[in-house]
Amino acid sequence: MSSLADRLRAAGRGAARWETGLAIVVLAVIIGGSAASPQFLTGSNVFDMGLSNGEIAIMTLPMTLVVISGEIDLSVASMLGMSSALLGVLWSHGWPMPAIFVAVAALGLAAGALNGLLVTRLRLPSLAVTIGTLALYRGIATILLGPTTVANFPTAYTNLGVNGVPGTNGDVTYSTLIFVVLAIGFGVVLHATPFGRSIYAMGASAEAAQFAGIRVKRIKTVLYMISGLICALAGVLYTFRLNTSVENNGLGLELDVVAIVLLAGVSIFGGKGSMIGVVLAVLVFAGIQNALLLTNFNQEATGIVTGALLLASVFVPNAARWIRHLTRPRTQKA
Amino acid sequence: MRAVITSGRDPRPPGDSGGGSAGAGNLAERVFRIRESGILVVLVVFVAVTTLAQPRFLSEANIQFILVDTTVFALLALGETMVVISRNVDLSVGSVLGLSAYASSNLFGHHAGIPIPVVFLVGLAIGLVCGVANGVMVAAGRVPSLVVTLATLYIIRGIDILMFSGQQVVEAVLPNAFLAIPKSTVLGVPDLAIAVAAVIVVGDYYLRNYRSARELYAIGSNPEAARLAGIPVGRRIFTAFALSGAIAGIAGVLWAAQYGTIDSSAGTGYELQVVSAVVVGGVAIFGGSGSVVGAALGALLLGTITTALYVLGISPFWDQAIWGALLLLAITLDQTITERLTSALRQRRTRHV
Repeated sequence: MSSLADRLRAAGRGAARWETGLAIVVLAVIIGGSAASPQFLTGSNVFDMGLSNGEIAIMTLPMTLVVISGEIDLSVASMLGMSSALLGVLWSHGWPMPAIFVAVAALGLAAGALNGLLVTRLRLPSLAVTIGTLALYRGIATILLGPTTVANFPTAYTNLGVNGVPGTNGDVTYSTLIFVVLAIGFGVVLHATPFGRSIYAMGASAEAAQFAGIRVKRIKTVLYMISGLICALAGVLYTFRLNTSVENNGLGLELDVVAIVLLAGVSIFGGKGSMIGVVLAVLVFAGIQNALLLTNFNQEATGIVTGALLLASVFVPNAARWIRHLTRPRTQKA
Repeated sequence: MRAVITSGRDPRPPGDSGGGSAGAGNLAERVFRIRESGILVVLVVFVAVTTLAQPRFLSEANIQFILVDTTVFALLALGETMVVISRNVDLSVGSVLGLSAYASSNLFGHHAGIPIPVVFLVGLAIGLVCGVANGVMVAAGRVPSLVVTLATLYIIRGIDILMFSGQQVVEAVLPNAFLAIPKSTVLGVPDLAIAVAAVIVVGDYYLRNYRSARELYAIGSNPEAARLAGIPVGRRIFTAFALSGAIAGIAGVLWAAQYGTIDSSAGTGYELQVVSAVVVGGVAIFGGSGSVVGAALGALLLGTITTALYVLGISPFWDQAIWGALLLLAITLDQTITERLTSALRQRRTRHV
């Protein structure tokens, strides 16, 4: 029986190539960012980076599991928005914060469960289902809040969004801390538990996994529920960071989340990818966005870079394969 | 089993023409008709109920508004349908529309007196370039279209923002003849709706009868089998993307004529609405089945719902939730029908053997 460390090491080896490339890109971003602006590596900038990407980063973790299992969840940003809206509505109705957290978590789980049941029990394509729930959950957020904005959250909570974690010189945001802790947890579960291995198995072939005795439907439903729960958490963080609950919170973030996960080398067809890759891809994404911001690049247009990275993430491995194919000596002839 | 469904469109096998137990083709054809007319029935019922509650809904002005409002989406849905049938997806349509809308209408400001057809050609060219780029990457690069068009969604929007952010094309610089395009009518029906309906009829005829179009269905049903059958898979998929891009380019110019004020955010988020319309219209998201008429009806249904909610005095805040629920209902219904049909066909076949 191999130890946990062994299995993690094996996972690291298996996924080494793409992650090595990403690590080099991370280094390049750090060097390029520092060259572009002396501010890049300062503590306060690291703080800003964590602040503006924290929720997106957190949402990439459950998305990774869902995509590796062979499905997709496009409703993540809407679940964030819906959670944020519920938080605002309940607070304006005078609920105590702990009760609100329970309600928001329950809503996230329920939203994820609906996604999961539609995908697994009704055998509907997840792409179509989660485009539907993207609209539905955003619609529920809009119904809950209407045109109102809730912004009078207690400072004890909103401070969490704008202050650093004590003991880090104030350079690390709470969302960054949560991301790191969750990433380690998700990484261990994905790479070193039977549950995690079964996610790869069903992503590679749902049918084979089914015959191997893996409860594909149940596990996929659980993954969607985890996604809902984590997005609810991201919704709470988002709300406190901006001290605002408004119906369009987090609108459109699902594309960023998917882009990061694909950039991480996770196959859109399922069965491939690693948590280390996702963490590196988050760093690449956050670093480039931030470097462009510091160099006064039009902030709204940073999507160009995200898009280019996405294209690179699909073409570079292909190009490598072509080159290998072309340079291979053709000794064997069938 | 999607191949079986689409075969309903093909000429019936000779053996099926008579006899008590109608063949698979016949059954599939009947169900297919039901699938399309199903959307039509929903649309009619919806309009009837809304009209009973608020007779103003069927006023000429309101119908014109709905029709014109739907034209852009119906056009985009036409291009998207061809892509989706081939088991791909084009998420970049909203960005292409945005870039084309700004770049083409901006010409009026810089070159006063430029003929309107030239502006349309420019929009078409912009869309075509974007579509060709998508097509080359998906077909020649053999990479998933979801990833490629998600990337070009970002890149094309980014180019739009880099070139035009902070600026606006305002109604004052647009010639009256251009702004009149969405407003002119024949016997109360907007010219634009007639033109788009004609385009959709042509598109439908093409998809039903032309070899290259039928090959799109084959590719969507089973890409591997299509390749083995000698279908030029790459070339067909490339064409579908190029057409989708070109159509989005034209739609962009129409969008500009309709709204009059254009900035670099035009068409943001349209991709999901277009995919919704296509799916509600009965086009299978994993390819191989569906029709342009269905997709156009899907776009019309979604447009009608939005307007109906407004006319009924229901808060527009309910729009999106109802949209989402409807979309889920549509795909559930579609799946149920497909599964019923599949098992029915299987039973028939075993009985014959």
